Amino acid sequence: MIGIEVVVATLPGLQRADLERWIGNDWVRPVRQGEAFLFVDVDVARVRLILELRDELAIGEDTLPVVLLLLDQLHDLRRGVRELAAAIGHTVPEPHRAALAEHLSRLGEA
Amino acid sequence: MPDAAPDPYTTLGVATDASAATISRAYRKLAKRWHPDLNPGNAGAEARFKVIAAANELLSDAGKRSRFDRGEIDSAGQERARPPPYEHYAEGEEGRRYAGGASPPDGWSAAEFGDLFGTMFGNARRPAGPVRGADQHYTLEADFLDAVNGATRRLGLPDGRTLEVKIPPGTSDGHTLRLRGQGGPGRDGAGARAGGGDGDALIEVHVLPHAFYRREGADIRIVLPVSLPEAVLGGAVEVPTPGGPVRMRIPAGSDGGTELRLRGRGVPAHAGAAAGDLYATLQVVVGPPDPALVAFLQGWTPVHAAEPRAAMQTEGA
Repeated sequence: MIGIEVVVATLPGLQRADLERWIGNDWVRPVRQGEAFLFVDVDVARVRLILELRDELAIGEDTLPVVLLLLDQLHDLRRGVRELAAAIGHTVPEPHRAALAEHLSRLGEA
Repeated sequence: MPDAAPDPYTTLGVATDASAATISRAYRKLAKRWHPDLNPGNAGAEARFKVIAAANELLSDAGKRSRFDRGEIDSAGQERARPPPYEHYAEGEEGRRYAGGASPPDGWSAAEFGDLFGTMFGNARRPAGPVRGADQHYTLEADFLDAVNGATRRLGLPDGRTLEVKIPPGTSDGHTLRLRGQGGPGRDGAGARAGGGDGDALIEVHVLPHAFYRREGADIRIVLPVSLPEAVLGGAVEVPTPGGPVRMRIPAGSDGGTELRLRGRGVPAHAGAAAGDLYATLQVVVGPPDPALVAFLQGWTPVHAAEPRAAMQTEGA
């Protein structure tokens, strides 16, 4: 867990006011502890993502919420598919897994 | 040997005399397509973006660009070390707090993917074949003596049914009784009841403590108060046992703490187990002050000097 000053110092080009605004927009959700914010790895990675989208890809802050919403839904879906795959790995006997893999590979050929 | 580094102008699709603004525009256009955070799980995009970023790194720096143009450096080695993409965190457990919906879900549910997997998991909940009903768990508090001697109790269920529960003799605390077929209803293939057999009701018995009986396996212990004359002179006293009162002889000269056994008067024989014993530990009760007793003790010189705390005496105490 790191504080907002450390996050700002770690990421060149990031102003504290930007980050505070992003938190206010609910784009970044650090843990609030009294007046302070505490950032874990996923929060810092997300701040870096927003910063790159804005500065390198020139996605303006008026468009960013759309991009973030779609990205978040994509990640939800991918996380869910990962969990589904793990559940299949744990619960489905091997011959059925092989049949499933073969069926999926045939879908790609069509 | 690394592959020959691609020409950065070709990578960005710009002319060798392109302006800085043109290069910047070309980079942004490609980055929007190939940025790894916009292509989660796509290793090809990540590799391609590295080349694009390296080309931009070289051409967006006027000094590096002119040195490259003069042939002093090649385009290799321009890759910036990139931290792991956001995806690396977003798809793990910690990424849940950025889940897209209004409130992040607590865990996986088929409902999250209702449109994709709803049918599949809907089917999984109701497979074609017969299904045995679920076992249902209840707890029942039993009086100490009901658990020792056995009893029949009625247990009201949340669904309004009442179960007759036979508590067998010798039931110990925490024992679970199984009532076959009294749990959740089973289904046959067509969805009607009972095809797969009903589940069982599992009833965990909590035995309440007793005012003076203590149980040790098949044996029962009590502390038996006796009067001073009963202890000194001996005599028959009535002792409560789980099976009803029993007369027991107190030997003359019994002291407090003496343990007497009533064979077969503990937990009754049950399910192949022999009956236990009842152990009574005598506790001498002097009773209210009695002037005659006081007068007697004042004039009494014991034959053996009493040293009741002898065993407690230690060196230096």
